[in-house]
Amino acid sequence: MRTAADTRNFWLLAGLGGLITAIGLGAAHYMELHGHIVTGMTNQVVWGLPHVFAIFMVVAASGVLNVASIGSVFGQPVYKPRAPLSGLLCLALLAGGLMVLMLDLGRPERIIVAATHYNFKSVFAWNVILYSGMAGIVAVYLWTMFERRFNSHTRAVGVAALVWRFALTTGTGSIFGFLVARQAYQSALLAPLFIVLSFGWGLAVFHIVQAAMYGWNDRLLTPQVQRRMARLLGVFIAASLYLVAVYHLTNLYFARQGAFEAFILLGQAGGALYALLFWGGYVALGAVLPMLLLFHPALAGGRSTLIASGLVVAGAFAWLFVFIIGGQAFPLEIFPGHLVSSTFGDGAVDHYAPSLPELLLGVGGLGAAFLLTTVGVRVLDVMPQDDTTTGPP
Amino acid sequence: MRRIVLAIGLLLVGAVFAADDAGRTPRPVVERAAPGTSCLADPAFMRRNHMDLLKHQRDETVHGGVRGSGHSLKACIDCHASQKTRSVAKAETNFCVSCHSYVAVKIDCFECHTSQPRAVALQGVPK
Amino acid sequence: MSKPQERPSTARRGFLGVAAAAIGGVMLAPGIQLIEIARAAAPVPGAGTAAPGATAANPKVRWGMLIDTNKCAAGCTDCVTACNTENGLPGTTRPTDPQWIRKIEIKQIATGRVSSAPVMCQHCAEPPCVDVCPTGASFKRADGIVLVDRHSCIGCRYCVMACPYKARSFVHEDVVDQKPDVPRGKGCVEGCTLCVHRIDQGNPTTACAEACAKAGHGAILFGDLNDAASEIARRVREIHTTQLRADLKLDPGVRYHGI
Repeated sequence: MRTAADTRNFWLLAGLGGLITAIGLGAAHYMELHGHIVTGMTNQVVWGLPHVFAIFMVVAASGVLNVASIGSVFGQPVYKPRAPLSGLLCLALLAGGLMVLMLDLGRPERIIVAATHYNFKSVFAWNVILYSGMAGIVAVYLWTMFERRFNSHTRAVGVAALVWRFALTTGTGSIFGFLVARQAYQSALLAPLFIVLSFGWGLAVFHIVQAAMYGWNDRLLTPQVQRRMARLLGVFIAASLYLVAVYHLTNLYFARQGAFEAFILLGQAGGALYALLFWGGYVALGAVLPMLLLFHPALAGGRSTLIASGLVVAGAFAWLFVFIIGGQAFPLEIFPGHLVSSTFGDGAVDHYAPSLPELLLGVGGLGAAFLLTTVGVRVLDVMPQDDTTTGPP
Repeated sequence: MRRIVLAIGLLLVGAVFAADDAGRTPRPVVERAAPGTSCLADPAFMRRNHMDLLKHQRDETVHGGVRGSGHSLKACIDCHASQKTRSVAKAETNFCVSCHSYVAVKIDCFECHTSQPRAVALQGVPK
Repeated sequence: MSKPQERPSTARRGFLGVAAAAIGGVMLAPGIQLIEIARAAAPVPGAGTAAPGATAANPKVRWGMLIDTNKCAAGCTDCVTACNTENGLPGTTRPTDPQWIRKIEIKQIATGRVSSAPVMCQHCAEPPCVDVCPTGASFKRADGIVLVDRHSCIGCRYCVMACPYKARSFVHEDVVDQKPDVPRGKGCVEGCTLCVHRIDQGNPTTACAEACAKAGHGAILFGDLNDAASEIARRVREIHTTQLRADLKLDPGVRYHGI
């Protein structure tokens, strides 16, 4: 039964989300009006903080749908009642991420051109179709879950959603993987890496939202469900860490990648910030500590899972900052075996400092996802209903 | 019944506002083109189709390298630039801007293209 | 289940159904318009009403450059100045300023040998910037010049990420007083055009090559690589030349001698 307090709380949260989104839109307008000169981006680092936020959101959007897939496609009963919330979060994160991505364009008013002119050799062009198609498929997916007479189709649409989001996340990873020029990218490993990262980040976001919803409604997650989901997050974090390790180990083996790896891993030649974010932000806070909180028998529990999920999200931002911005800050190697200098920053590490409009735009995207989630949770019946009897769900 | 009267009343008020454009929106001032030049086509045709001509020509120029056509933007500007401001977009009464602000169709051509004729743009000292 | 099944109210569903259909119709209608716009906007290269002397992009031609670093003088920036003047570029060198051509000073680590050379868009035969552009704004013309169609560029900067030579610049602020032959504006990406506006109008060479010759160095040679009789084709047959990052197999149209 909805109380007056519930309604007031809803409007407060929606108002907060709306305000953050509005500030983000205002920042985007400021950037569009004055040009990217008002940001910290340069001709060396052309993708800045907004891209870190946007890519986190679209990758997490793909991963959060994992919860629904495990329920619908793989038939795990604990996850089936969580599928609607998972679908809603997928749509909300996708919307938020795409909002940031599109508003960061040099000419955002030309989205129509992007939607009508396609160069199909470009992963970006494919992504326009993959992302909008994802929204459509998830909408249909949710519909089969809510409309009782379509429940029999949930599995089929769930499989389609699973295949589509694998293609989508492969596309996201390939944005970087297909770039032959840069030492940070040019790797086939990036597509599967992004898929595994999406599993961890998506599940972490799901944990956070689920914990908030349960806490708000004075409900308790049963210990069995809690333990299962916590362990699953731990497995995803471990798999991600493994792939990141393989990526760096392979790079370390190649002499021509040595300088870049020293830059990222050891902080040499001006890479101190990236080394700190990688080891401290991603490895320690974003992987090792969460795994400890999730697996250690003395530490595991509901609160530990929530803290671990938050740390995973923070570690995700740290890793993306190192990956996206560190990868650009390191100079292109146009003359191997030479020291280079020029007026255009050749041979020099670029020092990127994020600006306020970029941060506000990125946070605005999070606000949009938050607003959509708040409204969706209020309007739709997505609260996971665990059947605590021993009968079939 | 009350709703119908209200609706008709609103429509009438709206019509009055729409009809009265004297002084609120200045009618476009189509400045005469440079003397000694001839029209590409009659004004009614140009008014309706100049955007298609420009769009077609720009693809031929950018992708095909065909320059110097009478349908190019540079050719339009050379003839139609105002004698006073030496531009088609600097003042509100200049050729492109006056019509476009009247019909409220925003153009972004001059974010990239100079609005001055070639002779002026090349000799002028840029700020 | 022991709860009695209640008849769900269908009135709200009916409303939602009609509303969804209406919204769908409203959203689709402009899309059908857009399809027409897209079809109309598809480029149709062909004969236009060209003025005499203007040449169209000829697929038999491949424009290229030969840069002799032995003749390139360290500290001289005449090519850069000429490019800036020709194309209306600001000439300042803040990290956000566009630089279509720049002079690089290199020192080989193993031997200590020092050289200088200009670097600009290499006009590759297999340009990665063209592959990654989502709208096809970054394209390779029939005669090998790689350009940005700024009418289609949405400013995503993916081509800047993809270029191995840092050839592309993003325009970070409003531009005024553009050259009439070189329209450029905020929010789009740009780079060396091999002075395509001069070449199309019959001029034999680029601004940078002309300035270098005028300064007495003659380090930059521009010409048709496919024409066996042209000076550039003869020179690359006679002397040893390399392409930058030849290992990437992009087949740039700019070749370097002496490094």
